[in-house]
Amino acid sequence: MTQAATVIRFEGISKVFAGGHHPALDRVSLAVGKGEFLALVGASGSGKTTLLRLINRLTEPSSGSVRVEGADVREVDPVKLRRGIGYVFQGIGLFPHMTVAENIAITPKLLGWDNLRTATRIDEMLDLVRLDRAHHRNRFPHELSGGERQRVGVARALAAQPGIILMDEPFGALDPPTRDVLQQDYRRLHDELGLTTVMITHDTLEAVLLADRILVLQAGRVVADGPPHALLTSEQSAYVRDLMQMPRRQAERLQTLMDGRPAP
Amino acid sequence: MTFDPRIADAVARLPDYLGSHVLVSLTALALGIAVSFPLALASARRRALRAILLAATSIVQTIPGLALLALFYPLLLGVSALSERTLGTGFSALGFIPAVLALTLYSMLPVLRNTITGLTGIDPAVNEAALGVGMTRGQSLMMVELPLAVPVIMAGIRTAAVWVIGTATLSTPIGQTSLGNYIFSGLQTQNWVFVLFGCVAAAVLAIVVDQLLALVESGTRNRKRARVAAGGIGLGLVLLGALVPTFSRPGATTIIGSKPFGEQYVLAALIQQRLQAAGLAAARRDGLGSSVILSALAAGEIDIYVDYSGTIWANAMHRTAAASPDEVLEGVTGWLEQQHGIKLLGKLGFENAYALAMPRHRAEALGTSSIDELARYASRLSIAGDYEFFARPEWAAIRDSYHLAFREQRQMQAEFMYTAVAAGDIDVIAAYTSDARIAQYDLVVLADPKHAIPPYDAILLVSPRRATDRALLDALHPLVGAIDVTLMREANLRGTGSAGASPEAAARWLWSEIERMGTNKRSSRSQVDAGR
Repeated sequence: MTQAATVIRFEGISKVFAGGHHPALDRVSLAVGKGEFLALVGASGSGKTTLLRLINRLTEPSSGSVRVEGADVREVDPVKLRRGIGYVFQGIGLFPHMTVAENIAITPKLLGWDNLRTATRIDEMLDLVRLDRAHHRNRFPHELSGGERQRVGVARALAAQPGIILMDEPFGALDPPTRDVLQQDYRRLHDELGLTTVMITHDTLEAVLLADRILVLQAGRVVADGPPHALLTSEQSAYVRDLMQMPRRQAERLQTLMDGRPAP
Repeated sequence: MTFDPRIADAVARLPDYLGSHVLVSLTALALGIAVSFPLALASARRRALRAILLAATSIVQTIPGLALLALFYPLLLGVSALSERTLGTGFSALGFIPAVLALTLYSMLPVLRNTITGLTGIDPAVNEAALGVGMTRGQSLMMVELPLAVPVIMAGIRTAAVWVIGTATLSTPIGQTSLGNYIFSGLQTQNWVFVLFGCVAAAVLAIVVDQLLALVESGTRNRKRARVAAGGIGLGLVLLGALVPTFSRPGATTIIGSKPFGEQYVLAALIQQRLQAAGLAAARRDGLGSSVILSALAAGEIDIYVDYSGTIWANAMHRTAAASPDEVLEGVTGWLEQQHGIKLLGKLGFENAYALAMPRHRAEALGTSSIDELARYASRLSIAGDYEFFARPEWAAIRDSYHLAFREQRQMQAEFMYTAVAAGDIDVIAAYTSDARIAQYDLVVLADPKHAIPPYDAILLVSPRRATDRALLDALHPLVGAIDVTLMREANLRGTGSAGASPEAAARWLWSEIERMGTNKRSSRSQVDAGR
């Protein structure tokens, strides 16, 4: 990915929260290329969410700089910055008093799109996330299933045609079949639209199967960074080895079963 | 089927009372919302400010409604005097303004608390999402937080509306006409139809306003514009209906005040009838607190009322030494003139003094006919007085002169005092000498050989503003010296209690008696007045 243009760059980022004993992020440097699908993994409190929120300035760094599409985010109006970056929230975060269409249209509305362009965009987005235009358009979030809600969350993030999508555990709360379908659907969108995606996940298997690149955080530091293949096979620290153990063992067991041999 | 005439009387007063009630309570509610809503918005994200505001409004809420309303009168009187001195214009410290201000304070807590609760109770994930999709703080507030908080905020407004409408009934003693006029005058004249009518009317008004607000709320939540409009139009109609009688009422030029007891209502009605007969427009402010009424007259908030010489002598002039009725009258006349420019037009002809009274058979059994003799048994007896009696200097004077120490002192509604003493629940009461119930319940008035109780001649007082108004003084003059105590007792009896009794009816009867006696005794003077 070194040949692709860098879209997000962290330079020596540290973040210390008031009252925190250890830094949430400790001198992190990172470059995310255009079109990359980066998964952030690590235990709770390892700094994943802080890293993600630094990108659209929901959090400010204690030291170091963040550049998005070449510009230092400190010099960009945070509101304008956020309108240009799609965000799929943990727990979805749909506005409960707005319909599906209104939720999807929120960022276009904030950007001042005209009604016709917004309405067309809503239909496109419903098609894109495979929701039914007539059936879902005027529903409220509480009338939808978990999978449908998450599709609306993705549609809302994509509506204003951002180049970057940030996702905070987007599929964590879904049942496995729904999760699988949504994962595949999202990866398809990522490729078709040429997006740059940064996704937090607790699920190493999801990271391995979906991402181009996995970044492992431990206590605010990057302890591994590379394509899934490299993290699974090459020499790694004990922490990363343990983390990668689970998907590998699951894959081996599955392979054994499919070969018709008894499980080890 | 015949209706109780008191119902017709109550219905006839409804447009005025209800209109004033709606006006004062909805103004206070609107003002309360206008003040608390921005405060709530400003403090929703500021913990310290929030704590201070909620504590302050909670303290206001613990002050009894009646006391809060009463406190605003002297406060505004001071402010008005100051503004008159500095800006050259004062304002009326009686009635509408103090009532609105006190009720506004009262309405603030529920609006403030619910708005803050509604805004701080929103799921943090939703707030985060609002920022994340690129909303400014203001957009987040307008597009997400306020719409989500609407049900909680509206619940607060509904609570405030019900509280304010209920508490507004207590604004009668500070001179604001309200549905409380039914309750206060009904209590004083034992007109239970009035009391009930006032309570039911206030309750119905509260329910109607609450339901209209509920309609607005459900319309906002479910996005039914028609419902919001229906609720809004309903509230508008309630307000409009209230305003029509208030503004179509001819501007009263002369305002007659009265204290909250039956005799005062009868006399105020009598004065009003006399002024109207003389072609002068006159309105009444009934049931004013006795501490409010003299300063209201001095300030020109009211133009005429009847007080009692001893009350002013002891309470306003703080005189304690025993004095003859003439000395008291002369002292009071001079003091009112010099201190306030108030004109004492003259004595009505009767006295309504405080007096200690007990059932005749009890007095005979104890062998007491004076307070002197009563003092020996006082430690075994209980005494009851009206709400202000034991705080008045007259009581201090009686107690100290005779070294009275009763087993128990109780304060109660004057109306219930007589039945309580007749039933033996209480041994002695501080009765009023012009009260017909002394005879009705066969009570004896104990003599006051040490003259601890000052004379209480009923006196007609006129505000400085109208002290030289010839037409007014001429219309009132026939009442001077025209009412003796027997006549007043009879009128008081006719003004209260039974069906068909009303202060107005009693006043008409009283005037017919005065005229009858006038033609007998003072024919020449009456001829002049009648011919005017």
